Amino acid sequence: MSTQDFAFTPYPDLPKSHYLNVAYGLKSWLFTTDHKRIGILYLLSITFFFALGGLYATAIRLELLTPAGDMVQPDTYNRLFTMHGILMIFFFLVPSIPAVLGNFLLPLMIGAKDVAFPRLNLASWYMYIIGATFTLYALFMGGVDTGWTFYTPFSSTYSNSYVAAVAVGIFINGFSSIFTGINFMVTIHRMRAPGLTWFRLPLFVWSHYATSLIMVLGTPVLAITIVLLAMERVFKLGFFDPALGGDPVLFQHLFWFYSHPAVYIMILPSMGVISEIIAAFSRKRIFGYKFVALASMGIAVIGFIVWGHHLFVSSQSLYAGLIFSILTMLVAVPSAVKVFNWTATLYKGSIEYSTPMFYALGFLGLFAIGGLTGVMLATIGIDVHVHDTYFVVAHFHYIMVGGALMGYLGGLHYWWPKITGRMYPGFWSHLSALIIFLGFNLTFFPQFVLGYLGMPRRYHSYPEEFQVLHILSTAGASILAVGYIIPLVYFIWSLKYGEVAGDNPWDAVGLEWQTTSPPSLHNFDEIPVVDFEPYDYVEHEPVDRPYRYSRSEA
Amino acid sequence: MSEQHASEHEHGLKFYWLVLFALLVLTWVTYGAALIDFGHPWSDLVALAIAVTKATLVVSFFMHVKGATSMIKMSAVGGFFWLIILFAFVLADVLTRPGMREFF
Amino acid sequence: MSNTSPWIDLTGTPGQKHEEGIVVSDSHAAATHPPGLAHHFESYEQQKESSFLGMWLFLVQEVMFFGGLFCCYVIYRSLYGEAFAAASRELNVFIGALNTTVLLFSSFTMVVAVNAAKQGNRKWIVYGLLLTMLFGGIFLGVKYFEYSSKWEHHLVPGPHFEWHGEDVGRPVEIFFCLYFAMTGMHALHMVVGIGIMLWMLRPAWRGKWTPENHNFVEGFGLYWHFVDIVWIFLFPFLYLIGLAT
Ligand code: HEM
Ligand SMILES: [Cu+2]
Repeated sequence: MSTQDFAFTPYPDLPKSHYLNVAYGLKSWLFTTDHKRIGILYLLSITFFFALGGLYATAIRLELLTPAGDMVQPDTYNRLFTMHGILMIFFFLVPSIPAVLGNFLLPLMIGAKDVAFPRLNLASWYMYIIGATFTLYALFMGGVDTGWTFYTPFSSTYSNSYVAAVAVGIFINGFSSIFTGINFMVTIHRMRAPGLTWFRLPLFVWSHYATSLIMVLGTPVLAITIVLLAMERVFKLGFFDPALGGDPVLFQHLFWFYSHPAVYIMILPSMGVISEIIAAFSRKRIFGYKFVALASMGIAVIGFIVWGHHLFVSSQSLYAGLIFSILTMLVAVPSAVKVFNWTATLYKGSIEYSTPMFYALGFLGLFAIGGLTGVMLATIGIDVHVHDTYFVVAHFHYIMVGGALMGYLGGLHYWWPKITGRMYPGFWSHLSALIIFLGFNLTFFPQFVLGYLGMPRRYHSYPEEFQVLHILSTAGASILAVGYIIPLVYFIWSLKYGEVAGDNPWDAVGLEWQTTSPPSLHNFDEIPVVDFEPYDYVEHEPVDRPYRYSRSEA
Repeated sequence: MSEQHASEHEHGLKFYWLVLFALLVLTWVTYGAALIDFGHPWSDLVALAIAVTKATLVVSFFMHVKGATSMIKMSAVGGFFWLIILFAFVLADVLTRPGMREFF
Repeated sequence: MSNTSPWIDLTGTPGQKHEEGIVVSDSHAAATHPPGLAHHFESYEQQKESSFLGMWLFLVQEVMFFGGLFCCYVIYRSLYGEAFAAASRELNVFIGALNTTVLLFSSFTMVVAVNAAKQGNRKWIVYGLLLTMLFGGIFLGVKYFEYSSKWEHHLVPGPHFEWHGEDVGRPVEIFFCLYFAMTGMHALHMVVGIGIMLWMLRPAWRGKWTPENHNFVEGFGLYWHFVDIVWIFLFPFLYLIGLAT
């Protein structure tokens, strides 16, 4: 902390009244309808599930350290990767950015006092908690061994694990997503401040609109599919039972009709975060703003008609496979539009390597790798070779961890001063961002190679020639774990000891920065009137920020 | 908006009785039509057409979509449109899958 | 503003819970706001439009939810047309048509209730709701008898299932799986609807819903009509297959 001398704190203290100090006590949290507090409730909940999912991941990586399946039984191993997937996808990544940052920021960004249906918003959190309770029940009873995809007939007939309980949990949790989606869409349609036209909306809002559309249109199909699965399992109604002429592939169709768009539920909000960060730290208007905005909608729509790429080798007809293959390649186009436009935004910008920017740059590279390997997988000829291998595992982890999770952490670092009013230490946050980037690549890059060489996914033992790569991957996972623990520590630390950040520590534009940090109960003293374009940065103006935390001390 | 209010007040109960009457007639028409054999796809299409007509009556008048904002019109149609996507692509697979029909 | 409203009243009164949860040294509360207008809305107009759009999006969600079931139906029907036709003959078409009629009447009485709300006629809101519940109840009663006769004839899928009709293969059982899933899910929606109407009786009688603010009644009406529409499709899909052949 030798740079203490530079410290310049124009805001000696937090504002007198803000959403955190207007009321105290458990009741004031459990019955709150304030979108900001609900965001915090979600933050705490998903952090818990991230940690739990992480424990399962640790167990998986430890088992794979040696070629022999010597740590756990094969059946236990099935439960490990299944619970890892369920917890991470349904209880962490799907709600992560929308329910935490979206909830907190959406009304602030559009100049509203709250979301359109505050009580529905709280209900969504309770749905999440009830769904999570069912899932935890199943977990403590021994978990589920079907894979997060619940393919029939194994899940409906043969599995001896707690499929029904988890099905109920995911069904209920789905409604938390649906409620959030409805709420966001209505909020964006009806609650915008005067002057805030559609093409003045921050890209974060656009991407949440697209996400909400998927939540509303896709999640109910998963819900009914899960109900059918549970009915088949419990009441022996053979919807997908081949013995009756039922078609298990139909289950896969219905499942992926939600679950492929769901991967865009995970990545789209993250793209929104990246747009905000890149604009703020290159001090430039986003290049091709309209294209980026509409690309979000394009991804949401095209993303609905590509699900069949998960069924290439499930005896789906070849004709359908062809159509799905072509459409899948098409969905990469709007994703690429975004990546190109972010890169063009960086070009000749006054780039500042703040912590959020570290995450954003990391996102760019990792998402590009994830997306390009996706296009490889969309090619049927390649997919037949690498389907259900570690190549696929690496593909989606590059997008979901390297993309979505990096975006979430970047967003958390970017808006943390807004949420809590305080700043985290610059040195440690830069360091942990680097550790995460390195650890991530060490964990997952070897998996591309492993998969290409033929290492199947979901096996707990493997031939010895794969061991070196598996050891690298496990080593990377340990580094990654360190990278995640550091922010946990300094975020908590900053709540009490962090420097007071001020209303707009990054000199960013956008309505959320025009109110106090933390914001007051009703967000704005007066509803703002918007007469400026989005990302109204003065270009090429060197940033000369007096604040200590804006620079890396490293 | 004013258009919406106007149309809301125009419809007295008498108008809704008429809608109800049309719906009832269509119900028994679809029953009657089912007794006639129109040949393979046609019987189904007739039943579907009548059901869609009935649904349109309910949506337009009972649910006041006629005269509502365009966003509401879009959501009324959007759900059904999205379903067609689901049906079309799943059918594209199932109907072109070799050996599917001969199985049972 | 004396009524406490549960969370499902999306935009009604600003809800005590809110005032308890967070608050309150804030001049912003009730005083400056007209009755029935939630604190975060600027006008009745905005509140009303938000509430309808929200309700419609909820219905879109419902369409997709039932859509999964209809998708299964479409697929299996196109694969096993013969078996479906044979199985459908086990249903009583006349009872199906009668129940359709009953449900259409209930939709009409719901319109009566909504119309009364628009005019602030609290007596007819209550009558409309009562009649709607009555028709809904008749529908469910008839459904109950249909179900129990299926049970007696061993047509409920699962270990008890027995098929004595024409030999058209195992998929007849799939027809009954879908029959129970679809009508059951539909009936569940009606039960929920009747429950909400029961709850609505008291506030309706006390005059909570005025011509300016009756979004809840209208929103609920949309839900009830939607349930009706589902049945409009279920009736020909399940009862009227292969009648002529
Ligand atoms: C650039 C666009 C993308 C393309 C072209 C693409 C393509 C594919 C393909 C073809 C598969 C199937 C591989 C197989 O199972 O054999 C796949 C799997 C997967 N993708 Fe992507 N993908 C893209 C983006 C994403 C995104 C954004 C996410 C998540 C945020 C994602 C997550 C996944 C997951 C989770 C799986 C594996 C599911 C499983 O079997 O467990 N993908 N992807
Ligand atoms: Cu996919």
